[in-house]
Amino acid sequence: MSTVEEKSQEVTEEQPDDATPVDPPEPPPATEAEPKGGILPAFLIGIVASLIVGWVVFPQLLYSKKRQPVDFNHAIHVREVGNDCAGCHYFREDGTFSGIPKLDKCVECHAEPIGISREEADFIEKYVATGTEVPWYVYAKQPPCVFFSHAAHIKMGHMECATCHGDIGESEHARVYQENRITGYSRDIWGHNISGYTRHTWESMKMADCARCHQKENVHQSSVQTKKGACFVCHK
Amino acid sequence: MKEEHRQDGPKKYGMVIDLDKCTGCGSCMVACMSENNAPFREDESDKLLSVAWLRLYKLTNGKPYPDTDVCYLPRPCMHCEGHNGHSPCVSVCPATATDYDSATGIVSQIYTRCFGCRYCMAACPYHARVFNWWDPVWPDGMEKYLNPDVSVRMRGIVEKCSFCYHRLQRAKDKAYAEGRREIREDEYQTACTQACPAGAITFGDLNNPKHAVYKLRKSPRAFRLLERLGTNPKVYYLSSREWVRRAGDNYLADEATGAGKHMAEHKG
Repeated sequence: MSTVEEKSQEVTEEQPDDATPVDPPEPPPATEAEPKGGILPAFLIGIVASLIVGWVVFPQLLYSKKRQPVDFNHAIHVREVGNDCAGCHYFREDGTFSGIPKLDKCVECHAEPIGISREEADFIEKYVATGTEVPWYVYAKQPPCVFFSHAAHIKMGHMECATCHGDIGESEHARVYQENRITGYSRDIWGHNISGYTRHTWESMKMADCARCHQKENVHQSSVQTKKGACFVCHK
Repeated sequence: MKEEHRQDGPKKYGMVIDLDKCTGCGSCMVACMSENNAPFREDESDKLLSVAWLRLYKLTNGKPYPDTDVCYLPRPCMHCEGHNGHSPCVSVCPATATDYDSATGIVSQIYTRCFGCRYCMAACPYHARVFNWWDPVWPDGMEKYLNPDVSVRMRGIVEKCSFCYHRLQRAKDKAYAEGRREIREDEYQTACTQACPAGAITFGDLNNPKHAVYKLRKSPRAFRLLERLGTNPKVYYLSSREWVRRAGDNYLADEATGAGKHMAEHKG
């Protein structure tokens, strides 16, 4: 019974509302016009915000920033060790490349502190004294399905180290290592520009970058299916 | 530099397996699995699901004692050349995950590119390709014994024998470091070749007259599997037994063996 009464009350309350729109006829067109003027600015603000999120905020979130365990000074080592990069990054007898040197290579000179820098003292205390390998982050680390021959590029192709690695040899401090949180790859693989645009050969190390140069130099363009580079040249 | 590349000349790596020498010991299979990080499971009793790049088959002449004869036949990937690199698997792959390299004659398989449609498995007349139904699980500590030169495969992709391509990459590395472009015959040998205690497997460049395989494949004992299909395989078998050579293809009762060989020669 009570529900019926309530319903009847609601109905009676609505009646005055329906009657009221008669005396203010102007507000409705005004409220319609307001969003019309606001759509374009709102759309533009949305676009700009999305662009900022996509191009500035997203890369910040995507890549974690890690400091190298030792703030390595390449410039001073190139000067003091000599023999350019090959002083520390040398070829082994079987043609494989040593990559980042192991601790015993460092100990050849740094068994005792030879400078006065705090960084060196820390390095000796933490790694040399305890005999632990330095857990370097490798900027150029490739996925496990990739085979890269330094011998083919340096010994046969007579390429400069800087063509792929840039001017790292002149750096006085170890650059921050940025790791893609999703793939776990170094940012140097995709390149620092999130759009993938590069001006120099050392700015990115993707498969397309390898393929572009191989195509230009006509190296192993022997794939029957693609008429381009064969897969079993860089893949394993 | 470009001219030097051309001087190399295209290689055509191939294999000759002497079935008269093969004892069926299975060393080649074991060597292949350990060299190429082949995954395995606790229960390997269902061989249809196990991953083996090189598989050993047992052939019998079907006759009762005392005429019974048995022959063991190791079967790696045949690395079919077809006509100008048009091998059965390569031509059907929708992902360009498998590819014929005209410089080495090796049919590659790129695991990160494959999406597991298994069209190539249907196309391969030799059952040389296997599908990974599971992610590999290595017993504790065994991951330290994996070959770093061969990438480990994930589930959902197809894999097959690569003629130990990573060994060619290593051999080339060494040659380049020594300033050579050409690699010697003994510098690039597959794991199965080196493991065979009977010396039944010979591996080398079929285009190079100095390599042992060049002469062996021209032996009158030589035949290839299903060669009349036009797959033009690069794995040759040797046998002095007529019934073994007949087992290599679907010959009619009144048909002589070697018909396929003549056909292949006509086609050049």
